Amino acid sequence: MPTVFGTAIKRREDPRLITGRATYTDDIRLPGLVHAAILRSPHAHARIRSIDVEKARRAPGVVAAYTGRDLQGRIGTVPTAWLLPDSDLKTPPHPVLAVDRVRYVGDGVALVVADSPARARDALELIGVEYEPLPVVVNQEEAMQPGKPQLHGEAPKNVAFHWKAGNGASEAFQQAEVVVRHRFVNNRLIPNAMEPRSAVARYNPSSGEMTLWMTSQNPHIHRYLLSGILGIPEHKLRVVAPEVGGGFGSKIACYPDEALVAFAARELGVPVKWTEDRRESFIATTHGRDHIQDVELAGRKDGTITGLRATVHASMGAYVSTAAPGVPTILFGLMLQGAYRIPQIEVDVYGVFTNTTPTDAYRGAGRPEATFIVERLVDLFARQIGMDPAEVRRRNFIPANAFPYDTPTGLTYDSGDYATALDKLLEALDYPALRRRQEELRRQGRYLGVGFSTYVEICGLGPSQVAGAVGFQGGLWDSATLRVLPTGKVLVYTGTSPHGQGEETTFAQIVAEALGIPVEDVEVRHGDTGEVYMGWGTYGSRTTPVGGSAVARAAERVVEKARVFAAHMLEVAQDDLTFEEGRFQVKGAPGRSVSFQDVALQAHLAWNLPEGVEPSLEASAFYDPPNFCYPFGAHACVVEVDRDTGEVRLERYVAVDDCGRIINPLIVEGQVHGGVVQGIGQALWEGAVYDENGQLLTGSLMDYALPKARFFPEIETHHTETPAPHNPLGVKGVGETGTIASTPAVVNAVVDALAPFGVKHLETPLTPEKVWKAMQDGRR
Amino acid sequence: MNVEVPITVTVNGVEYSRHVEPRQLLVHFLRETLGLTGTHVGCDTSQCGACTVLLDGEAVKSCTVLAAQADGSQVTTVEGLEQDGMLHPIQEGFWEKHGLQCGFCTPGMLMVTQALLNRNPDPSDEEIREALEGNLCRCTGYQNIVRAVRRAAESMQERHAQVAAARGEEGA
Repeated sequence: MPTVFGTAIKRREDPRLITGRATYTDDIRLPGLVHAAILRSPHAHARIRSIDVEKARRAPGVVAAYTGRDLQGRIGTVPTAWLLPDSDLKTPPHPVLAVDRVRYVGDGVALVVADSPARARDALELIGVEYEPLPVVVNQEEAMQPGKPQLHGEAPKNVAFHWKAGNGASEAFQQAEVVVRHRFVNNRLIPNAMEPRSAVARYNPSSGEMTLWMTSQNPHIHRYLLSGILGIPEHKLRVVAPEVGGGFGSKIACYPDEALVAFAARELGVPVKWTEDRRESFIATTHGRDHIQDVELAGRKDGTITGLRATVHASMGAYVSTAAPGVPTILFGLMLQGAYRIPQIEVDVYGVFTNTTPTDAYRGAGRPEATFIVERLVDLFARQIGMDPAEVRRRNFIPANAFPYDTPTGLTYDSGDYATALDKLLEALDYPALRRRQEELRRQGRYLGVGFSTYVEICGLGPSQVAGAVGFQGGLWDSATLRVLPTGKVLVYTGTSPHGQGEETTFAQIVAEALGIPVEDVEVRHGDTGEVYMGWGTYGSRTTPVGGSAVARAAERVVEKARVFAAHMLEVAQDDLTFEEGRFQVKGAPGRSVSFQDVALQAHLAWNLPEGVEPSLEASAFYDPPNFCYPFGAHACVVEVDRDTGEVRLERYVAVDDCGRIINPLIVEGQVHGGVVQGIGQALWEGAVYDENGQLLTGSLMDYALPKARFFPEIETHHTETPAPHNPLGVKGVGETGTIASTPAVVNAVVDALAPFGVKHLETPLTPEKVWKAMQDGRR
Repeated sequence: MNVEVPITVTVNGVEYSRHVEPRQLLVHFLRETLGLTGTHVGCDTSQCGACTVLLDGEAVKSCTVLAAQADGSQVTTVEGLEQDGMLHPIQEGFWEKHGLQCGFCTPGMLMVTQALLNRNPDPSDEEIREALEGNLCRCTGYQNIVRAVRRAAESMQERHAQVAAARGEEGA
């Protein structure tokens, strides 16, 4: 049988998705279903003088209407689930509906339930809210200045937390021959998963059981947190993530809205559905990034980097969202090492409240913000000392023989070979020829640029002990159960909850490989807390390294037990058996063997069991990784800037990624493509813009530019394979690498193209206007 | 809003007569009234294209058409792509080339592909990317969608060639 591990098998998820037979949350229809709509604040900051829902209650089709006051004492507040230690983190209560004050445009103030979605929305217009507008602050640095509006009494100067890490860098800066200082603004992004958030709740008053279907990346975490908000015991609450139309981090968080839907279903005794529209998604679903970063790099003229310092102001928005405190700290600050031997690192982060939509994880979460700093600084440093940017990178790489490598921020990089990835990239680019072409074109008045990004990322989130030490209010292990049926078919239950990443296929490949059975004989189940015992979800590229490792372990256990049965069936000692290609074979006796399917049947018939062995073939594994995984790679982008319009044309994009062993090349490549494009989105087009009153000016897809098909050349993908040394599969995770790497690669390329104009940096997104102005200013 | 208008629409070959609110959008008619949930709603500004269907053979965003406007028309949704229980070559192309991840935008992508290949059976990559202008995908980076459309075009042409050859034989 050909090995299934490493094979580009077509995804088993696809048939239901390409025929319209998949069920997303909003597709769910239940008898008696009613529909909820949420009235959201039009003010970024205001006192609520009064809310009158009487007219709405009497509107046609309306079943109920609630204000924040109606809910007081009957439902809890929205928790923060990353309680950052060694900081002064404040987590002011976040009510599910605002009671006397709204703090951002989009803050929920009332809930209406009606017999149709349209009638629920109609009724929102009948609610009278008297607001007393308050002064607004949207910029995180300004928010810390004296005299600025205070969002929460318990957070003076709007500081949600102050956190520091690193081993101190003052020595490096005192001795530096070269210092590069810069301020970067890592712009705020809006995740925009194509499927808006949605929830359907059904309550059974006689059993006290609540079923909540919702757009979730982590149903078990949602069950855990919502159980607290709703006061429903965890074993009576079932959270189901059916088909989920993308998440990119935005479906990790615990929001007020899904809790409200569940509350209404319990209150009214009928199933309730709510689905946000895109406008609502823009203001009510968490945003990403939004850092002001003051950074400096110390180095020597020979190209050696000796130190890095960063002071960062990260906007939390109006409340501290679920995982928000961990994003600009643990996932960002600890990663400022990048791919380089930087002996001294110092980082200071302020998390700050502003009158904006709360921020939280967004694809890459923290690592793109860190990589951007490091990769831009390396380029600025290279330019200052007059050295080729690829050469500076190579000189500073952590060498392949230095792994495991302890960083000054306290992480241990598991394995890597950064120089090989860069070599492969330079070869694919034909780098010397590219530089010659750049020179030639410049003479013709055309502006070509080449930008690099050699990155390391932290993923495969676990170990649980570390999760606890850094304040994450959960474990980060994962679970798998393999249930072998009498005919030898296998059901796999995973605690991760993929939503587009294709793990149903990947995990089936892991099991088929381990058991030597056809991949079609394996079915993978996920996303339902009623079916899967426990798991911590899909984010941080943890699904295959952690969840997949659990699957591999559980499969090993199934084989162990099957071996016991097989030995009994063949009347030999277990050690006398080999297990290959799905058969237990007596060593040296070619005629004597039993198949996995034979064993499965006998294990279930249980007519003749080995002594002391229980019937059936089922095994579970709970895998807690001993370390994170550290994928890496080298990306490059070639752009040409239009002299007349400032438009950036992507000419080539070449990615070399190392995510450890590759289980399904097709899926890995797809993840890279998507990730790269998402990162390029930040570089060139995407950016949330608030006005001084806290109104989101980019509040719809008409104002917020998402990447489109025609903007891109073919993305060229290459791989190296450096196995993770600490998990049974040797895999590292690839869901975020592209997003992490591509933003700085593109910005480096554009800045390189604009070198003749003396341009040293431009803030993302690099709109034609910005680029054109830079060329105009440079000319003067 | 209590006034309702009678309409008759043929969806995937089946004729439906219903009374609808004048303000009801075609996408909601398909999803809510007929229960055909394969067509998705991704935005409220007609930017994303997730709700694309064929209306009398033309690709339209069903969130920009009122159900009442579709009175008397033929509508094809993603549910209508399969023929005799077989996947359509466009569906095959998307499956084979990994042209989808979360699948939410996919029905719209499939329908816009159908419209493209109806008018241009052999599009260049550039033409494909242009045709996808009104459809957003957040997962795939579009590259495999382009490959999928190209693959679909090839296999549809192969089929046409086969059919033509078979007819030729019959004729002889």
